[in-house]
Amino acid sequence: MKITLLDYGAGNVTSVERALQRLGSESQRASSPECIAQAEALLLPGVGHYAALIRALDERALRAPLLEAVQRGIPFLGICLGLQALYESSDEAPELLGLKILPGAVRSLPTTVKLPHMGWNQLKITRPSQLLEGIPADAYFYFAHSFAAISANGEAVALCSHGAEFAAVIEKRNIFAVQFHPEKSGAPGARLLQNFLRLGA
Amino acid sequence: MSLAHRIIPCLDTDGARVVKGVNFVGLRDAGDPVALAARYNAEGADELVVLDIAASRDRRPTFLETIRRVAAELAIPLTAGGGIRTLDDARSVVRAGADKVTVNTAAVEHPGLISELSQEFGAQAVVLAIDAKRLNDHWDVMVRGGRDSANRDALAWARQGVELGAGEILLTSVDRDGTQIGFDTPLTSAISRAVSVPVIASGGAKLPEHFADIFSEGAADAALAASIFHDNVQSIRELKKFLSARGIEVRLPC
Repeated sequence: MKITLLDYGAGNVTSVERALQRLGSESQRASSPECIAQAEALLLPGVGHYAALIRALDERALRAPLLEAVQRGIPFLGICLGLQALYESSDEAPELLGLKILPGAVRSLPTTVKLPHMGWNQLKITRPSQLLEGIPADAYFYFAHSFAAISANGEAVALCSHGAEFAAVIEKRNIFAVQFHPEKSGAPGARLLQNFLRLGA
Repeated sequence: MSLAHRIIPCLDTDGARVVKGVNFVGLRDAGDPVALAARYNAEGADELVVLDIAASRDRRPTFLETIRRVAAELAIPLTAGGGIRTLDDARSVVRAGADKVTVNTAAVEHPGLISELSQEFGAQAVVLAIDAKRLNDHWDVMVRGGRDSANRDALAWARQGVELGAGEILLTSVDRDGTQIGFDTPLTSAISRAVSVPVIASGGAKLPEHFADIFSEGAADAALAASIFHDNVQSIRELKKFLSARGIEVRLPC
């Protein structure tokens, strides 16, 4: 399965690309509506500010083809901001409209803990997961974020906790998303990406 | 289940080669940052920091090439720094594959740089490096590799840096750096409790107990060291086992 990496001029595209290369997978970058329309599998990476991602999607007219691609049922994987973008909105830029693929809003993590939530943390697996198959339940993943799907975690198959519980892994039909960075999460992260690659095979 | 304390090896380079602590064991090319990065990646390092301590303009392309080659080896986050004076400097190291950038002297001289970087890359990618030295009843900020005083209170500067958009503080004790007598616990604890972002303690580490102390009493979120890892004085794997046995949350390598 060839992965199309959504390249909107920001984020961690290169490190995701490298991680896929290490797994022997072919990937191509796409920044035009046409390329997204032809994708067999779509990966939305993201790091930084929510507004930068949403604005870039709209400025490049990528919102509609992205939604259509997800509708078509091709495997979709969102990473970090790529997970947050799936919701209706985010506290980080309340005036902007999310992709509204999932219900609810992304909230700020409580300030009772150190923010950003930065570093390696473990998951609480709540449902059987395709992405986490073969990965030890106590594995650590690398997180770097201050906002999260705290209350809107109904589609989560695994939660993480930092001041509050939030959605760490989402699986809903063809829609997959992770709040952490599998491309920076050592062996468990590589396995997760490999699991995603196998979905469309 | 909680956030693990991070162990971070640091490679000080002249752009191309590791220049501090080069008595490595078991490496064919001891000063090769790429070989070291691969080793730490496999040993269970939680992140890697690569600094250009020469930071001369004409060596810059070499340093960027080093970042590219190191990043290609890593499945863990990479922080790069040394000589980052402008947004463009930061862009080039991020494009080369760094996940975070550290700024030090340039941020002291032009604090707005922190905001510029934070807006472009997000706070999680901006690490404010502070070199602090005890002066009477407080800690003074030092610049230009710890040589000159910036006549600024380290605690106030850390708070200001976070307000401007730094997502992490890399705190080096100038008094402890190179001494191997242990981290500066009072300094680290004071800064860590004063700011809302994670603090990486640096300077003075040798023994596993030093790391245990800085995580418990020092309230550090991460600890950084260079030569003790390079010279095999301390293995990351053994260090993490020690900390785990002490009840300190760490990510044990598989």
